Amino acid sequence: MPTRFSQTIIPYLLPVGLIAFWQVAVATGLVARNVLPAPSDVALAFFELAGNGELVHHIWVSLWRALAGFAIGGLIGFGLGLANGLSRTSETYTDTTLQMVRNVPHLALIPLVIVWFGIGEEAKLFLVALGVFFPVYINTLHGIRSVDRQLLEMADVYGFTRAEMFWRVVLPGALPSVLVGVRYSLGIMWLTLIVAETISASSGLGYLAMQAREFMQLQIVVLAILIYALLGKLADSIARFLERATLSWNPAYR
Amino acid sequence: MLEALTATSLAPLQRDRTGAAARTVAEPSVATGGTAVSITGLTKRYGDKTVLSGIDLSFRAGEFVAIVGRSGCGKSTLLRLLLGLEKPEGGEIRIGGQPAPRAGGDVARFIFQEPRLLPWQRVLDNVALGASRTVPADRRRPLAQEALKEVGLADRGGEWPSVLSGGQRQRVALARALVSHPKLLALDEPLGALDALTRIEMQGFLERVWKHQGFTAVLVTHDVSEAVALADRIVLIDGGRVALDVAVPLARPRVRGSAEFGAIEGQVLDRLFAGR
Ligand SMILES: Nc1ncnc2c1ncn2[C@@H]1O[C@H](COP(=O)(O)OP(=O)(O)O)[C@@H](O)[C@H]1O
Ligand SMILES: [Mg+2]
Repeated sequence: MPTRFSQTIIPYLLPVGLIAFWQVAVATGLVARNVLPAPSDVALAFFELAGNGELVHHIWVSLWRALAGFAIGGLIGFGLGLANGLSRTSETYTDTTLQMVRNVPHLALIPLVIVWFGIGEEAKLFLVALGVFFPVYINTLHGIRSVDRQLLEMADVYGFTRAEMFWRVVLPGALPSVLVGVRYSLGIMWLTLIVAETISASSGLGYLAMQAREFMQLQIVVLAILIYALLGKLADSIARFLERATLSWNPAYR
Repeated sequence: MLEALTATSLAPLQRDRTGAAARTVAEPSVATGGTAVSITGLTKRYGDKTVLSGIDLSFRAGEFVAIVGRSGCGKSTLLRLLLGLEKPEGGEIRIGGQPAPRAGGDVARFIFQEPRLLPWQRVLDNVALGASRTVPADRRRPLAQEALKEVGLADRGGEWPSVLSGGQRQRVALARALVSHPKLLALDEPLGALDALTRIEMQGFLERVWKHQGFTAVLVTHDVSEAVALADRIVLIDGGRVALDVAVPLARPRVRGSAEFGAIEGQVLDRLFAGR
């Protein structure tokens, strides 16, 4: 029987092995440095950029864009999802339009967005918010639609007010689905930001990577990619924490 | 919903102001007894399909009535009308002499076939939501604890509903219905989803709680022997009308194997199959 210790260690054997192999491959010249820098080069780049404060600055800029765009798009999506889930009138007026707009890939708007906003912050916020909006909207709407009718009828028998109905039945019932939307849109958030920053920006991780490419500093490019990955993982962990914290009643999340 | 709530929960308050008696609504463990129900000419249609056509029935206060009938004959519809969850096309229901209130009051409670507990609330909070709206929020949990004790789950209040067994969940639903000491309890095949052993155990529970609290019970069941075991009276509905209305004059607790038990069960079953 595997012990707890080996269960925590074993999953990391493969990645550590791969990094070691990568280091050796570059050091022995099996892979040219101008194709892929060695892990040690990446580490050096990290210390250098972390030391002069440049890295923190770019990470901070990217993080701020991601979160602000997520907050704007997420809140609008959640709000419209609630409105359309709770009110037939609201749904009749807006849902078809939203579903139509959904079919336009938001990244296809980049040329337009550059014309509209240039390479300013608005461009990035707009794209991230737009990308994040739909998963949150769709899943909130679906969550509310799929709230157990039997529970609503029960609440009716027990004389729940409209407010109690919302806070005690509808919202908790829709929450698992809303959080699925949040988790999914966190992925879209990073993806959108990477693309937007790579194409047009004067700061941020994507900009850092593109700058480095111009000077063939591949170790910085790889570093930026790794940091994107880490931030993505962080966002996912936060979403998972939220799920565990709010859905502890659900055996699937315990 | 809001209007219904204020209308039904303010009524006892106003009566108290004129009367001398103190409010007893909030007192735990008071056997509030049952209420008489009279149904006259009750008719219900869905589209052009008439489900109930002129039902006349009256239940004495504290009576235990079982309603049987083939699937789709309108048993659930009758209970839903009784609770004000649907509106009839014709006829009248009076509960305790008053026109039946809209859903949401404290007089009547409903037990569904499924427990319908809020999965995101602990057992105790699920029971507490059944407390009368006239009880201040901080007194609801003690009342809920009392009700949990009555169904033998006093120590499970802190659990999530998902960890309980099917029978335990239905007992929690029973506690939730009883915490406000309703005068009328409608039960729609409440034990239908349980295994045979748990079902018999639950029938015992139900009978004990009914004896203790004295509410009028209207139990819809597809199990004729369950009806004979529990009810004072069995009403059979067929073709939208009352097809049979027999008293069950057996002493409690009832012995399933006895000849009288079998005779009544046979009588109801015969009529049930004669309707085909
Ligand atoms: N909301 C509804 N809309 C249309 N028909 C309904 C509705 N509710 C019940 N019915 C119909 O009314 C009949 C009686 O239903 P119900 O009272 O649930 O039967 P029972 O509980 O006796 O099995 C059935 O034929 C059912 O299809
Ligand atoms: Mg039914």
